Amino acid sequence: MEEAPRRLWTRLVPLAVALIIGGFLFAGLSLRPKDIPSVLIGKAVPDFDLPALPGRPKGLQTADLKGQISLVNVFASWCVSCRAEHPLFMKLKAQGVVPVHGLNYKDEGPAALAWLARYGDPYDRVGHDLKGRVGIDWGVYGVPETFLINAEGRIACKHIGPVMDRDLEEKLLPAIEALRRGGVAQC
Amino acid sequence: MLMAVLRSLLLALCLLGSVAPAWSIAVDTPLDDPVLEARARAIHKQLRCLVCQNQSIEDSNATLARDLRVLVRERITAGDSDDAALSFIVDRYGDWVLLQPPVKSGTMVLWLGPALFLILAIVSIAVWYRRRPSPVVAATTPLSADEQARLKALLGDGDPV
Repeated sequence: MEEAPRRLWTRLVPLAVALIIGGFLFAGLSLRPKDIPSVLIGKAVPDFDLPALPGRPKGLQTADLKGQISLVNVFASWCVSCRAEHPLFMKLKAQGVVPVHGLNYKDEGPAALAWLARYGDPYDRVGHDLKGRVGIDWGVYGVPETFLINAEGRIACKHIGPVMDRDLEEKLLPAIEALRRGGVAQC
Repeated sequence: MLMAVLRSLLLALCLLGSVAPAWSIAVDTPLDDPVLEARARAIHKQLRCLVCQNQSIEDSNATLARDLRVLVRERITAGDSDDAALSFIVDRYGDWVLLQPPVKSGTMVLWLGPALFLILAIVSIAVWYRRRPSPVVAATTPLSADEQARLKALLGDGDPV
């Protein structure tokens, strides 16, 4: 009889273990293993100088990203989900929130231009990264990707995959607002 | 007529599909110097493909993996040491691209965790064994005089009852 309290306690051990494992598994449900955190957050944008798309003015280089908050959108005409997020960048351009620059990744010039003519051109500057080498310097591994650059030309946020309304409302716009106030972007 | 055209188109598509992997290998030209190529290959095997996450870039057909293979070969040819070539990629993609995570403060749990669990298991089993009431001890408790008398009676030792 005197052993009863200890037995009750030992019987709870499996329950506790199950709860701990369950907790980890539950947290795992909301993890996105395809999103690899960028090591470039907080760092200055890489040194690069990309030509414009043939026939389009204004290429993109490191110095262009200093002086004001901007977005850099990695896109390609062969990228299907780029089409999904494109209307959102058109809307951003119409609203004039921040300048949006394009990094055209591993794309043929004419194909990229035709794509922009068809779906609209929201970009201020577009760098033509035909070989994808600058993309590697930016740590790009899947298109589309979108970077938020602060006024000092440092990478504040990176969004992997298409930017949807919710990402804009809950992530990018608050981050831009935080940068404007001189704070740190939480994203 | 239409069916014949469709059938030949289908055949052409199938053939195209079977040729595509060969193309991607053909683009991947090895270095002329076998020593440098061996070093590049060894580095390829340590780098995780970012697109198909559980393959090394050596095994992957993804275009990014190919670009990274070419890049590593370039760094090696340019005179980079193995470590320098590796950290060139790590600087861009983070520790995540290393198939074997480096030992640092953030990854200590990962490296020491299994050993800690093993020690914990051994200690718990030892404690459980020590605490368990031993049946041998119970059996060797000497019988009282009453019990001995009953045992004797039951075993039929001495006169029948």
